[in-house]
Amino acid sequence: MGRVHLHADGTEHRHEHGHEVGDHSGYTDTGSVRIDVLENLLAENDRVADANSLALANAGVRAVNLMSSPGAGKTTLLKRTLTELGSTMRIGVLEGDIATSLDADELEGAGARAMTVVNTSAGFGGECHLDAVMVRAGLSRLPLDDLDLVVIENVGNLVCPAEFRVGEHAKAMVYAVTEGEEKPFKYPIMFRAAEVVVVNKIDLLPHLDFDLGSFLSNLKAVNPRARVIQASARTGEGVDEWCSWLTG
Amino acid sequence: MVHELSLCDAILATAIKRADGRTATRVTVRVGHLRQVVPDALQFSWELLTDSSDLKGCELVIEQIPARVECRDCKAKTTLAMPILMCGACDSFEVDLLSGDELLVVSMEVTEA
Repeated sequence: MGRVHLHADGTEHRHEHGHEVGDHSGYTDTGSVRIDVLENLLAENDRVADANSLALANAGVRAVNLMSSPGAGKTTLLKRTLTELGSTMRIGVLEGDIATSLDADELEGAGARAMTVVNTSAGFGGECHLDAVMVRAGLSRLPLDDLDLVVIENVGNLVCPAEFRVGEHAKAMVYAVTEGEEKPFKYPIMFRAAEVVVVNKIDLLPHLDFDLGSFLSNLKAVNPRARVIQASARTGEGVDEWCSWLTG
Repeated sequence: MVHELSLCDAILATAIKRADGRTATRVTVRVGHLRQVVPDALQFSWELLTDSSDLKGCELVIEQIPARVECRDCKAKTTLAMPILMCGACDSFEVDLLSGDELLVVSMEVTEA
């Protein structure tokens, strides 16, 4: 006969061991010792994110984590933003990129006070996101005391960046109308994490089958609180509204 | 896939720290359905990463937690079939998440070295 034991949900049963699921407090089938951990998987990342956040606050710098899929237009929007705001605000850019500095090169001379590139390929095979440790390294290369705003351009990816807090004040997402209406349901974490969703490439709407109304209701279902800014980084439409949100 | 690899890296770091030199034979993690984690990919990543670590051969147990919400309007508690935060009884969006966003290392089994 096995021993009676209590599960976390309050049920109690008796069996020889063998099942793999559930909480078997203090009871193991291997003669080993069970230790409770109950630690958030991202706890270490979050500790560093809190430190980044403190460093930014001490320097009086607002930081925005800009995320999107590859090719949605983060860099083009950022270039426009720097042109608009560069003369009135001291903006630092932290460019996350898997292996190149192409995005940073594109932004060269656009109006940033300072720029640093964090290549994520130092990790295992090239990380698909920026984590708090990478951002800490990037921030240490920026003159925070001379900046008002830091834009963190994350790696183009709709899955991983949303999981990792980096110490930002807000997460913003660029989403292109070429991506399809159903994406909020496929990438709910990203769409839920974003305070603002810039619906980009709006100038292409006449040429697409994209149903904007349907996308907006899908977005609302996943994240009812998201602010939507319709924009075209190419023509400049909506960029004013984006800039006014960005500057807080 | 790389997503699960990153998460496994975090599991491994936590497990090595908590094992504190003892041999870990099993690590149990709890993952909510809203987390976009593919269990098979997590399992594969685990084997890949532990193989060259102190935790070689250590088993990973994944507890999957359904996403459940409680409606503020009709008070019903329902399980989500899709990642849409909506009441399954009355379709209201005024819901509080009860479970489904978990991402933690629950426990480990270790033997004294």
